[in-house]
Amino acid sequence: MTRAFQKIYTKIDNITKATVTLRATGVGNDELATVGGRLAQVVKIMGDNVTLQVFAGTEGLATNSEVIFQGEPPKLRVSDNLAGRFFNAYGEPLEGGEPIEGEAREIGGPTVNPFRRLQPSELIATGIAGIDLNNTIVTGQKIPFFADSDQPYNAVMANVALSAKADKIILGGMGLTNDDFLYFKQVFENAGALDRIVSFVNTTENPPVERLLVPDMALTAAEYFAVDKGEKVLVLLTDMTLYADALAIVSNRMDQIPSKDSMPGSLYSDLAKIYEKAVQLPNGGSITIIAVTTLSGGDITHAIPDNTGYITEGQLFLRNDSDTGKVIIDPFRSLSRLKQLVIGKKTREDHPQVMNACVRLYADAANAKTKLENGFDLSEYDERALQFAKDYSEKLLAIDVNIDITEMLDTAWTLFGKYFTKEEVAIKAELIEKYWKA
Amino acid sequence: MKTTGKVNGIISNIVIVKADGAVGQNEICYVYAGETKMMAEVIKVVGDDAYVQVFDSTRGLKIGDKVEFEGHMLEATLAPGMLSRNYDGLQNDLEKMEGLFIARGSITEPVDFEKLWEFKPLAKVGDKVTAGAWLGEVKEQWVAHKIMVPFIMTGNYTVKSVAEAGEYKVTDTIAVVADGDGNEYKITMVQKWPVKQAIRCYTEKPRPSRVMETGVRAIDTFNPLAEGGTGFIPGPFGAGKTVLQHAISKQAEADIIIIVACGERANEVVEIFKEFPELIDPHTGHKLMERTIIICNTSNMPVAAREASVYTGMTIGEYYRSMGLKVLVMADSTSRWAQALREMSNRLEELPGQDAFPMDLSAIISSFYARAGLVKLNNGETGSVTFLGTVSPAGGNLKEPVTESTKKAARCFYALSQGRADSKRYPAIDPLDSYSKYLEYPEVEAYLGEKIEKDWVSLVYRGKTIVQRGKEANDQINILGDDGVPVDYHERFWKSELIDFVILQQDAFDDIDANCPMERQQMMYKKVLSICERDFDFVDFDECSKFFKGLINLFRQMNYAEWKSEKFYDYDKQIDAYIANH
Repeated sequence: MTRAFQKIYTKIDNITKATVTLRATGVGNDELATVGGRLAQVVKIMGDNVTLQVFAGTEGLATNSEVIFQGEPPKLRVSDNLAGRFFNAYGEPLEGGEPIEGEAREIGGPTVNPFRRLQPSELIATGIAGIDLNNTIVTGQKIPFFADSDQPYNAVMANVALSAKADKIILGGMGLTNDDFLYFKQVFENAGALDRIVSFVNTTENPPVERLLVPDMALTAAEYFAVDKGEKVLVLLTDMTLYADALAIVSNRMDQIPSKDSMPGSLYSDLAKIYEKAVQLPNGGSITIIAVTTLSGGDITHAIPDNTGYITEGQLFLRNDSDTGKVIIDPFRSLSRLKQLVIGKKTREDHPQVMNACVRLYADAANAKTKLENGFDLSEYDERALQFAKDYSEKLLAIDVNIDITEMLDTAWTLFGKYFTKEEVAIKAELIEKYWKA
Repeated sequence: MKTTGKVNGIISNIVIVKADGAVGQNEICYVYAGETKMMAEVIKVVGDDAYVQVFDSTRGLKIGDKVEFEGHMLEATLAPGMLSRNYDGLQNDLEKMEGLFIARGSITEPVDFEKLWEFKPLAKVGDKVTAGAWLGEVKEQWVAHKIMVPFIMTGNYTVKSVAEAGEYKVTDTIAVVADGDGNEYKITMVQKWPVKQAIRCYTEKPRPSRVMETGVRAIDTFNPLAEGGTGFIPGPFGAGKTVLQHAISKQAEADIIIIVACGERANEVVEIFKEFPELIDPHTGHKLMERTIIICNTSNMPVAAREASVYTGMTIGEYYRSMGLKVLVMADSTSRWAQALREMSNRLEELPGQDAFPMDLSAIISSFYARAGLVKLNNGETGSVTFLGTVSPAGGNLKEPVTESTKKAARCFYALSQGRADSKRYPAIDPLDSYSKYLEYPEVEAYLGEKIEKDWVSLVYRGKTIVQRGKEANDQINILGDDGVPVDYHERFWKSELIDFVILQQDAFDDIDANCPMERQQMMYKKVLSICERDFDFVDFDECSKFFKGLINLFRQMNYAEWKSEKFYDYDKQIDAYIANH
């Protein structure tokens, strides 16, 4: 990348853990540079003093290390040849291989004009009833899994990605363990889907600050396929909590005043910039983002899940169900905001009411359970609600269920008929007449 | 001559500019990154250094780049032709921007300067006028858009001439006025106003006395919003803030609706873009979009412009209020605006207040809410700006600074509860935590007494008491068990459930239930209340719960039935029979 006219600086004034400051002129904000061969980015300019953030950390750099400015912000070379390849956070091929030829595009580019967007309306069927029935996902949506670190979120996400019938799947791995990285690779390979996958991976073996580039790299590739090629692109980002942690590290080292939970005050905007890249385009292309935000002990009031929840269009909660011993998608805390655009419209007419009735009855069961735990007698209705809850959890909420939506609705009607009366289910009379299963 | 300057420092979107002349606080300037011209606002001056916040990305900006100061603050352009438009936070028309992406430095005109308007004079030569006086009007959609003496013209003027009825462009002179010294001023249909200042061209701001109908039972019946009043909706994510705001924007009984999408999701705005042109305003029969202006600064758009967006929305609202119109301004979400203030305060290295928000947050919020209100114009007419904001409290905790500050400023509080949302009791407005101070206003009580029926407010309080007692009974049942309390407790609990299911809950996605006119609300509420105030002698709690479950089911079907349809009356009869059979 070095060009003839580039000036080489060899006098650094200040070195902190993550940044270096030197005197330089003609430097642009956000521009890339190398410091002693390590990639760095301009984060602050005060007169002649330029501060650079060194992604890999400053250990071992000296005041006479070479600083070469590249005159441009981070870019990714895009072409169809991205498909099937694995890259690091800088967009360099992993495991050797030829670099990609193609147009170099700035990452973290401009916003799609909201007025040019289309309303998402295409359903993504995953086969998992906890998603398709209760929290239907559509193209152009952004939705994270909220999960504790011990839950199988990566496996669920890989399943969703494979059954989603996307033209391209872009994996942005941040702080992924090497084992998980290999797992994704193997699952995609076994499914014969490797040629539809592009991966940008920062593993736990790489410096944490490098992660900050991963989502922008992944989304620049996604925009190439969705905008230029009109493809349906699914972007998987795991784990956004580790991304936010890296933001906190940087802001801390830049002496910024932390807000809630030691996170930078700009956390909301930083996360929104990524998630808002999800879009349904007028050319038929779309970017759908499914992310993972790991929680600590299920705490969603922490700044990371909290800000995420306000940005994304819902969230999917994984929970271990003690009644059935299975991992289920929690019907109370999970939500897909865009489901209203498709349920009962692209799916059968009874979908919205059946979905709500299930959750309401499941809530009755939860109340009955509380009663039981407090040592009270259960009414006959409570008993039925509890039995319903067990069946509902096993036949519909469990993540290993794989059926189509009509089948899910039929299963729900069977359960209604088995445990409840028509009045107890409280669904519109016309629908009861049509679908009730005695 | 304009002041110019050169970039001397860059920290994210804060740029330090060495200026060669006078610079005003909050003055607008343009920063040039090569050919790209980006708008910025002065937020601090230290010696020759002006700290400006750029309303765009500063990527690639260099030391020494050119800056031009404009000599005025951030202004809104006010003229006919704003209705139905979709603006960004700085009033650029999004529809006029080219390309799929918003290019840096995109600046588009807020109104059409070429369009001809059918002007009708209202003032006569010799009339004494002041700022805000109506000189003439044009028909904008179906609104009589008044052409006013510009708000910035303080003092008294005499009309020297008024244009004849006919077609004019907004930039054509439609009147000439003279001040006491005989200096003449040409007036066109377009004027500018600094958005951060309130427009005060009115004689008084009386207490609100009328209620603005929203079609949402939990609001209209239980905690009504006054016309010219203020309210806010705090709630954790997923509690249904946006769905509720959309419902209100579709159904509210207002002449003009201004929706400020402030730092929220783009897909939600797209929903408005796509749906509103199709939907009909239930009060006038016109297309909803015809009375709507959208100010859209989604969460990924520049943070500084997010702060400006709420002010732009409010200024346009005040402009239409000065024409004697009923305006509803809604902002979703004011927390994002507060966060934008926090980000800037942080970059300026100010000493932070609670949760790193700026110290004057509370003052900023209350002076903003104070811009709403019912006003008596100089010509005796009234106009109003009703403001409804949402707040997104961090972690759903209502003790955080934005919620607390807003609570001091707004008169209606619609608390969305996580518990209600979890059990899908929508809208999740908590009936006990929420309040409307307007119910305590004697003016409002008198108004409701006349509009709905005598002593309506006391009926409302009776319902609230039933809900309160039901909650207490439920707490007892949960502690002592179903058998551990008298059957009476179950009856109390189920009566509150009846009010909850039939009145408070409403299906925003059902064509009929979504919008409940006041007349229907009155009928349903009185029917439910009369049942709640009856004594039933249930044998045991099982009989009690069965009875009410059946009753709730019938009422829900009634809510889904078309108002005054055969089906509606059929359910009405079925309910009466059901109760008689008990």
